[in-house]
Amino acid sequence: MQPLSGPKSMRTPLGRVRNLGASHTGTKDFWRQRVTAVAMILLIVPMVVVMMILLGRNQAGAAQILGSPPIAIIMLLFVVASIWHMKIGMQVIIEDYVHDEKTKLASIMANNFFSVTLALAAAYAIFKLSSGV
Amino acid sequence: MTIRIERPLSPHLQIYRWTLTMALSIVHRATGVALYFGTLLLVWWLIAVSSGPGAYAAVQSFTASWIGRLIAFGYTWALMHHMLSGVRHLVWDLGYGFKPAEREWLTRAALIGGILLTVLLWIVAYAIGGGR
Ligand code: HEM
Ligand code: HEM
Repeated sequence: MQPLSGPKSMRTPLGRVRNLGASHTGTKDFWRQRVTAVAMILLIVPMVVVMMILLGRNQAGAAQILGSPPIAIIMLLFVVASIWHMKIGMQVIIEDYVHDEKTKLASIMANNFFSVTLALAAAYAIFKLSSGV
Repeated sequence: MTIRIERPLSPHLQIYRWTLTMALSIVHRATGVALYFGTLLLVWWLIAVSSGPGAYAAVQSFTASWIGRLIAFGYTWALMHHMLSGVRHLVWDLGYGFKPAEREWLTRAALIGGILLTVLLWIVAYAIGGGR
């Protein structure tokens, strides 16, 4: 691949940024936000049913239901789709409003840490419930 | 570092006549942000269920309080509204629904549909004993 910038680059400034957008990652994030949105539309009915089954139960009852394979998988899918989707969404918002380069990078990093922490914490809880410990 | 180029700017927000589609565009973003932080509650709850009765009781005492109920209700509305409003975005992404009557209809459907679904879900939730 030819260098994207620097003295050796033959590319014009416009050519360098074309199709990349503010996130510098091109249309990948845009597409993934749509994929995860469609995934959540498909998952919303199962999620509502799971919520309704869970409402009003005590911890032992909720733990048993959440640990059953179909429900654990629905939860896991929803958590992955929603956290991936919200991470991309929040990055778009940061890029829209935060213009100072350093603050922007720090915010995007914080957004990544927050999202990954929530995703792994949720996955940890779901796996723990499924293995019955 | 980016170099600032002097170029014409588009007029700022307050120049335009306020419309329903504009308002809902901002509501879509606001509900997205609310859901972002609402995910904390989901994860707290999952961790609590997997931790044991004590941790779970703490979550339940919060969700049973009036402020907890309000947040859960707000979360439900944010999710339902954002989902329907998001479907509207997906329709637009596919290139449909741009005619004035269509976009007005889609926007109204998202607004009213979100409220109806939220109320309906809470009626069902209380009917099956979730409210206690
Ligand atoms: C339930 C189904 C959902 C659908 C169909 C959906 C759809 C969408 C779509 C299409 C966008 C892009 C809007 C645009 O281009 O301006 C978007 C943005 C966003 N969504 Fe969702 N979403 C859903 C659920 C969620 C959830 C659960 C969260 C948070 C946990 C969330 C957080 C966000 C955020 C933060 C944005 C960025 C808002 C913006 O840029 O203005 N969404 N959503
Ligand atoms: C979509 C329809 C939904 C409805 C009607 C609904 C309704 C409710 C109600 C009535 C409560 C209070 C429960 C109680 O204290 O007994 C509650 C709690 C809760 N909801 Fe939902 N919810 C919905 C979806 C969701 C979703 C999609 C999530 C997660 C992404 C979620 C996360 C929670 C959490 C973490 C609690 C607190 C746990 C509890 O006390 O049971 N809810 N919800």
